Amino acid sequence: MDQPAHSLAAGWPPGLTRVPFWVYRDADIARDEQTRIFEGPDWHFLCLEVDVPETGDYRTSMMGAMPVVVARAEDGEVVAFENRCAHRGSLICLDDGGRVKDFHCVYHSWRYDLRGNLASIAFRRGVNGRGGMRDDFDMTRHGPRKLRVTVQCGLVFGTLSAETPDFATYIGPEIMVRLRRVLHKKVEVIGRFTQQLPCNWKLYMENVRDTYHASLLHTFFATFKITRLSQGGGVMVSDNGVAHASTTLAAGQGPDTAYAGLRADNQGLKLRDPTFMNAVPEFHDNINLQILSIFPGFILQQIHNALAVRQIVPRGVDSMDLHWTYLGFADDTPELRTMRLRQGNLAGPAGFVSMEDGAVGGFVQRGIAAAGRQSAIVEMGGDGSEGAETRATEASVRGFWKAWRARMGV
Amino acid sequence: MLMNIATLNASSAKALDTGNLHDWPGFFLDDCLYKVTTADNHEKGYGAGLIYADSKAMLEDRVLALRQANIYERQRYRHILGLPLIQATPDGAVAVETSFVVVRTMRDGQMMVFAAGVYLDRVRRDIDGAWRYAERIAVCDSQRIDTLLAIPI
Repeated sequence: MDQPAHSLAAGWPPGLTRVPFWVYRDADIARDEQTRIFEGPDWHFLCLEVDVPETGDYRTSMMGAMPVVVARAEDGEVVAFENRCAHRGSLICLDDGGRVKDFHCVYHSWRYDLRGNLASIAFRRGVNGRGGMRDDFDMTRHGPRKLRVTVQCGLVFGTLSAETPDFATYIGPEIMVRLRRVLHKKVEVIGRFTQQLPCNWKLYMENVRDTYHASLLHTFFATFKITRLSQGGGVMVSDNGVAHASTTLAAGQGPDTAYAGLRADNQGLKLRDPTFMNAVPEFHDNINLQILSIFPGFILQQIHNALAVRQIVPRGVDSMDLHWTYLGFADDTPELRTMRLRQGNLAGPAGFVSMEDGAVGGFVQRGIAAAGRQSAIVEMGGDGSEGAETRATEASVRGFWKAWRARMGV
Repeated sequence: MLMNIATLNASSAKALDTGNLHDWPGFFLDDCLYKVTTADNHEKGYGAGLIYADSKAMLEDRVLALRQANIYERQRYRHILGLPLIQATPDGAVAVETSFVVVRTMRDGQMMVFAAGVYLDRVRRDIDGAWRYAERIAVCDSQRIDTLLAIPI
């Protein structure tokens, strides 16, 4: 990681308050990100533990461009390996998930056990004494790349690198508390959707970490007092910049004039059926919104009782997939489950407070098409990446760049 | 009956395609369910929707938010509807399945097949005798949504 990832990196402005626009558009950067980040010393969210409840259950996922299989082995351990046959490189698993005895590649029937070990080769000894593999072909030395796996709060993370620190060190103690706060018991999937965004993946992760924009871009937030910067709350960032969590406390009483005159302050908007804003405080505190992210591509959302995890998968320099998994808890009452379904209107590709996030990265991607020599300004709340008791700051965006630059050698 | 239901479908689509969103909730009963989901979610029995409204008032709220709160680039839809497949049900409602294709045209003229799928509807007459949706589940064949879903399907 000593060599800069890109010759242009030499031209990076000093400090964390500027981000040159070429970083969102450069194909060399995207290639280096795959090797240095997605195959590098980071923990990547792969799937939920409940996606692979029993031995033989598997689910396919992605680590950047790299296809991955997550499986439950015979001894109950959750394991993961590259979804690539050792022989000719074909995908081993072709579906989102399922239950199998073992894996075999459809192309030439090379077979793998649940841990991804090569178990047999079709016609290894040839046919009628002719053909086949050499006798000294060592099956133990061939197979898809295996991942280190950690299961945290029901989330499965993987990494290819032996250097990735243990998960608690990776995200830091403060964010670990925030993660456990929400994912404290068994979850249940209540919906899965994929949103294809017309932007570089980093623009979406910055948007997630940008506590400044939320109540300005998303009018719905401010008008119904779901979150306003003038409400209590704050942002915390791990020392290494890897993880962040922002929180909003329940609205106080009395008039709030901080947004007077701004577009987002649309006091005329009244809900005819406010039942979808009905919520119960299920985490025994007064935090009604918490957004948590883990570098490079994981997000945990709690907006009232609307819970979801989101996974970022880059698709080239100017496109990405955002995989949404909407969650409830296995022990939800019917009333609480109905609340989650109604509150689901807040987030997702059609969410009242999130649909703009699907488009705004594309607005930037199009806006910077000719701005290879210009930089974005990331200066709200100073020049550091420490947490703050306010959300009128871009500290966690700077934290993202701190982590990114460490990986990329910039 | 086929003509009545085909006309209901066409009228609802017209409200969405011509930008007269305020007219659209009027094709639903006060007590209704409207959900946009995908074939995969539907088959697995997952309850959540991209849009989930269990009253006409919630549909009116969505239209209000699209008009006054949410930000999205100028765009229009074109619904192409199949022939409704009609089945009477014991409780007096009528179950209808209608295929749809939605082509989305953006401000700059870019067009794409934004969604294709099937409406799983339950329709019944309101107190004035007009056919209205008691339930409309728009089941999209693809789980992938391009950029955002603003205007309902």
